[in-house]
Amino acid sequence: METTVQVPNYIAVLDIPEEKIEVLPGASADLTSATFSIKEEDHTLGNSLRWAIMQNSQVDFCGYSIPHPSEAKMNVRIQTTDRTNAVEAMNKGLDDLKTVCQFIKARLGEKLEEKDYAQME
Amino acid sequence: MSLEDRNRVVVLEDRVENISGAEYPMSFGNQLPFNLDDFKNSFDIKIIRLTPTEMEFDLIGVDASIANALRRILIAEIPTMAIENVYMINNTGIVQDEVLAHRLGLIPINADPHDFQWKRPDETPTDQNTIVFRLDVECEENRSAAADETDPKKKYINSAVYSNQLRWEPKGDQAERFGSRTIKPIHDDILITKLRPGQCISCELHCVKGVGKDHAKFSPVATASYRLLPDIQILKDITGDDADLFRKCFPPGVVDVVEEGGVRKAKVVNPRKDTVSREVLRHKEFEGKVRLTRVRDHFVFNVESTGILSPETLLTEALEVLMEKCDIAKAALANMEKSDDDDGE
Repeated sequence: METTVQVPNYIAVLDIPEEKIEVLPGASADLTSATFSIKEEDHTLGNSLRWAIMQNSQVDFCGYSIPHPSEAKMNVRIQTTDRTNAVEAMNKGLDDLKTVCQFIKARLGEKLEEKDYAQME
Repeated sequence: MSLEDRNRVVVLEDRVENISGAEYPMSFGNQLPFNLDDFKNSFDIKIIRLTPTEMEFDLIGVDASIANALRRILIAEIPTMAIENVYMINNTGIVQDEVLAHRLGLIPINADPHDFQWKRPDETPTDQNTIVFRLDVECEENRSAAADETDPKKKYINSAVYSNQLRWEPKGDQAERFGSRTIKPIHDDILITKLRPGQCISCELHCVKGVGKDHAKFSPVATASYRLLPDIQILKDITGDDADLFRKCFPPGVVDVVEEGGVRKAKVVNPRKDTVSREVLRHKEFEGKVRLTRVRDHFVFNVESTGILSPETLLTEALEVLMEKCDIAKAALANMEKSDDDDGE
């Protein structure tokens, strides 16, 4: 069963290349250490994903870099303990980041309903 | 360092200290695995002011990377509609074609980007992905003006071309979809160019969906910025005349001089208004008595919309864009894993 992305609402169709993520050579055999290269991404997703992955106590090391500003590529290096692997850590990081956003969005909705702010027309 | 101090970025006379803090696993004391409940308890969002074009709100308890991601998305990755292709039929005005086209692109268009689909550069324009405007202006002499009139607005007709002269041409089913709400520029009085009698401009304008990353004309915000909430700590009491000098070092309303037990003391009442100019660090009297800091996880955002989308919509969209990025990355990761499995077999 192929996991397809539904046509996104916001991201321009040009920003979803065929191979969005690939693992760079040099990953450990059991995948506890790996460097992922994500295309068409920059500090926006990079820094927040790095933060989300770092919150995982099974992650020994996580960092991101942009090899060259002219190329739209971002590398994320994850090194974990042997209780998990890099791919799982990445997935968990993405899930956590999404959860944080959903929560912020819900709270924002609540606060807008309360109308407890100065409003000017 | 106390728990509170760990949360502060210290602003000194010549440098800034404690910028990144100690928030990584296995650092002393505080870092736990990501606990959603802890986050839910410590997170808050406060809306301070909301107008149709501007919003000031506080994001408390998130990491700087998320606040920055939201700021970057607000500026560059929320789609809007703007004029992309200008087909010049006639331009005898003094402003060159390309300069005119550039100016037209920067005009904010009042069209909800959700109603339109993305258009690739090589795709043909359809009613689902393009808005068509026409600009037909000709400048003539105003016969009924006085002979010695000098004001071009009175002497000529259409001497200045404004954005309200852009005429929307509904194509396909656009008339039904948007009939009641004409699609036009947000502001009617944007000066596009100036003409004199005999000069005319005739062109067809195609408006498509894009993001600020591609061209700044697509950015939905005039700007979006944040600052950290200042926290002025008075370590030793500042009394008497020193208190008055202390008050003058900050913008009005930040520090108040109050009487406590017969002594006039300086007290910080509204650190939010402070612009952290570090004026107080210039005076010897306050050495060792005051510490200028910023709270590391309290972001005071200011979002100014150009008018296409309201500021609260912009913030919601920014969060959606970040979530969508996560979704796309997850799907790509699953695809990659799956293709690896296939190769392995």
